[in-house]
Amino acid sequence: MSAVEAAHGRTFWVLSDVWNIVRRGLTHYQRQPVNIAWQLGFPILSVLLYGYVFGSAMQVPGGGDYKDFLMPGMFVMTMAFGFINTATVVVYDSTKGVIDRFRSMPMASSAVVAGRGVTDLIIACAELAIMMLTALVMGWRPDGGWEFLAAFGLLLWLRFALIWLGVWLGLLVPNPEAAGGLFAVAFPLTMISSIFVAPQLMPDWLGWVAAWNPLSSTSAATRELFGTPVGGGDSWVEQHALLMAGLWPAVLTVLFLPLAVRRFQRLSR
Amino acid sequence: MNDGYAVRAEGLEKRYGDKRALDGFDLAVRAGTVHGLLGPNGAGKTTAVRILSTLIRLDGGRAAVAGLDVARQPREVRARIGLTGQYAAVDEVLTGRQNLEMFGRLFHLGGRRARARAGELLEQFDLTDAADKGVGDYSGGMRRRLDLAASMILAPAVLFLDEPTTGLDPRSRGEVWESVRALVADGTTVLLTTQYLEEADRLASRITVIDQGRAIADDTPEGLKNRVGGDRIEVVVAERAEIPRVMKVVARVADGEPEAEDEALRVHASVTDRVSALTEVARTLQDEGVRVEDIGLRRPSLDDVFLRLTGHRAEQTDGTRTGTARTGGKGHRAAETAETVEDKGKGTRA
Repeated sequence: MSAVEAAHGRTFWVLSDVWNIVRRGLTHYQRQPVNIAWQLGFPILSVLLYGYVFGSAMQVPGGGDYKDFLMPGMFVMTMAFGFINTATVVVYDSTKGVIDRFRSMPMASSAVVAGRGVTDLIIACAELAIMMLTALVMGWRPDGGWEFLAAFGLLLWLRFALIWLGVWLGLLVPNPEAAGGLFAVAFPLTMISSIFVAPQLMPDWLGWVAAWNPLSSTSAATRELFGTPVGGGDSWVEQHALLMAGLWPAVLTVLFLPLAVRRFQRLSR
Repeated sequence: MNDGYAVRAEGLEKRYGDKRALDGFDLAVRAGTVHGLLGPNGAGKTTAVRILSTLIRLDGGRAAVAGLDVARQPREVRARIGLTGQYAAVDEVLTGRQNLEMFGRLFHLGGRRARARAGELLEQFDLTDAADKGVGDYSGGMRRRLDLAASMILAPAVLFLDEPTTGLDPRSRGEVWESVRALVADGTTVLLTTQYLEEADRLASRITVIDQGRAIADDTPEGLKNRVGGDRIEVVVAERAEIPRVMKVVARVADGEPEAEDEALRVHASVTDRVSALTEVARTLQDEGVRVEDIGLRRPSLDDVFLRLTGHRAEQTDGTRTGTARTGGKGHRAAETAETVEDKGKGTRA
């Protein structure tokens, strides 16, 4: 134990370890800022395509402008795709031996995962800010005040839940290329939700699946809070969007956090 | 347990399902030396290193590193070891300096000392010029050196090098060897795993040969080579009728009886003074007008060592054992992937 190490307690060093992992993650973006652009490229392109190309042909049940309806959905999609980034970084670190190096050091190994999570939340804030600015430029006008903050919070809450899915998948898939393939799974999941189209406009069974998609709950709840068109829907889950937007991420966390932790512990098997 | 050994392992066992990756593996590494752990793919080298460096739990036996029990005091062990695995486990996006500073802070040096230590190591490993470049732009050898530097941040008592030169070109390989020698001169004990007899020979003062999860020999490089029979001279003749004459010529420089392979039109024998033996045989054969297709020297390979020690070829072991390592590989994927890379490398080497 070094002199500096002895001068502080265990908790201090766990927090210090987490911060150093966060710092590493943020330095990545500082050195390769274009990565944020890549990550936002798809949502921004979607806003432009759906907003301007299909926009006039799209209808929102209950009335309202489609672009206003679409924007919160785009924020949700940005958060939803975030798990792919988490998975990509984790799979890269684990296949290149970086996680092993961390685990062979006298640092807190929980910091490896916790630091990843904190980094992802910070990046998510930056992504949301950029997406919202884009939306404002396109004429989106949300309500301000605490509702705005609550909506922002619900979006981050969703992203938080998906961190664990990302870590779990990152430790599960064999190589970084396979992590890229997760996009093919994620994309349909965002389509079969209320992100782009209100579920009640879909065939009955599909609309039912879409309504129960966790992404739909966060979309509807944030639409409500931003004061933009919600797109109606009279099923129970759609009527209780705020509750479900709080509940779904909790369920996902309860499901995937233990799976991710167990997978991480299995590294020492 | 400070009896002059930096690493001691007794009866190590590691099972993956019903495969035994380690099956009663013993090892004793004297402090201040380089100890080679030599074996083909899947013999258990990486599993042994991963147990000793606290990355995976052992199923049986016991092991101490720097006098500390790896199973009961993993945290204390981690503060005294460095590990360089088969991949250069450094962050490719960060610069060399940022990497070392990050690892230094994670070794709990504190910001100021981490910065100072990073500067020292960059200089020591001859990376000062590239210090502020992204590691993605480094050559293979530079990455390896940075990787070594990262495992030297705390000046560890024991350094584990798991196939540190696999996939490197000869020049980079030489650079890594230089670095390892310098570390040992400063008092670090090194456990080096390798599949190259030459590498173990160059660096290690003692070699343990591992096969199917067990140590099958433990000797000095000299001792090991003597068992195999040292360098060999090989002469390939144009016609079978020439073989007896060649046998006679080769016998003059050989350590023992030359051996002839009639089918392959080849005569070979073990020699001590390789260069003068080659010159002598080549000149005599020319003087006597023997038609020779090829003549050359061959160093004993890992394969020769294996053939002699186990009666089977390393390649065979490889075929049956690689699967074993992979079954357990789910837990340690870096090692697993490296193995795949090696398999490919093997094809080009052969």
